[in-house]
Amino acid sequence: MTNVTMTVNGKSVSGEVKGNTLLTDFLREDLRMTGTHVGCDTSQCGACVVHVNGEAVKSCTMFAAEADGADVTTIEGMANADGSLNVIQQAFQEYHGLQCGFCTPGMVMSAAALLKENPKPSEAEVRDYLEGNICRCTGYHNIVKAIMAASGQDVAAVAAE
Amino acid sequence: MYSFDMERPTSVADAVKALARDEAQPLGGGQTLIPTLKQRLAAPSVLVSLSGIAEMKGVCKTDDGRLSIGGGTTHAMVARNAGDIPGLASLAANIGDPAVRNRGTIGGSLANNDPSACYPAAALATGATVITNSREIAADDYFEGMFATALEEGEIITEIRIPVPEKSAYMKFEQPASRFALVGVFVAKFSDGVRVAVTGASEEGVFRWTEAEEALSANFAPEAVDGLSVSGDGMISDLHGSGAYRAHLVGVMTKRAVAAAS
Repeated sequence: MTNVTMTVNGKSVSGEVKGNTLLTDFLREDLRMTGTHVGCDTSQCGACVVHVNGEAVKSCTMFAAEADGADVTTIEGMANADGSLNVIQQAFQEYHGLQCGFCTPGMVMSAAALLKENPKPSEAEVRDYLEGNICRCTGYHNIVKAIMAASGQDVAAVAAE
Repeated sequence: MYSFDMERPTSVADAVKALARDEAQPLGGGQTLIPTLKQRLAAPSVLVSLSGIAEMKGVCKTDDGRLSIGGGTTHAMVARNAGDIPGLASLAANIGDPAVRNRGTIGGSLANNDPSACYPAAALATGATVITNSREIAADDYFEGMFATALEEGEIITEIRIPVPEKSAYMKFEQPASRFALVGVFVAKFSDGVRVAVTGASEEGVFRWTEAEEALSANFAPEAVDGLSVSGDGMISDLHGSGAYRAHLVGVMTKRAVAAAS
């Protein structure tokens, strides 16, 4: 067992982890922050995306020990300070960017990473960036719309109704 | 996963020491190794994480004009900082997906030498040098077949040094589920000739297509490849494509790469 300390959503946390403890398991099981979802556990679906030192990563494909000393942000850290939905979350609600909601934490975290790096992405850039985030129910049109709307762009031209 | 210890050295020297332990295995970005561990296809006693070694990260120009990329540099960093070699920057920008590119490293990819990985094509086509903690290995001597390289146990890729071509491009026919190359071709044009390397196709792993190199050295144009073909014998054949199909794609992707070279 090794002791790890990291900042999660602005708070310093510590814990004992095994060598093979995944970051996602540390977040979900040790910190009981279950907003980060595990869809496939094979690095394909993107439901487990969190930010580590500001970069989107799949927390099921990184060990907790590797995040020692890192600054981690999860979906639980995305709301505004007063608890209201942030602009991306609000847009997902307004544009019906989710159905069952299982993929949504990863979608929101990927969207936030995209908009940080590219504040006004084109529709094609949004779709390209979401390549590693899989939704198995509502499809991608409304998710793309929500992200375009969150970036302050007109969504009238985005593919579907 | 089986259980193992984790070490996080902060220098190459400490990593080499840690790797001297029995059944120790280096961990790069983990984007291949961690899924492999989950399937219990590997059982190291200790994983030596290389991600905390600052001296192995970054992209810079060497005094002799080559591009030097640290072995621990992520695909995302290569995509952002290897603009001197447009073919390499675009190759890195199209590996996997954004989250994978933020963890996976060029050194890890080259050490694994997956027969469908992208970087081996770039390293071989540019005549890069693989630099480890103990020696320098020319790309032509480095790749030894599927998942096999010249690396010894416990040897770490600390840097890749890449001659900057006049023009380059990488064209990947993507296997849509895995995003690996069904066939990928890297073309690099230097003042003294053209090099062409193919990944994803051969059961022997990445290889140089010398016939196309000769034709393109004489005339660097897509039509120079017309009439040339590689044999489907020895090509990977699976549910995604037969050997003959892959062999055909080698010609197609080479032409596209020549047309796109910049």
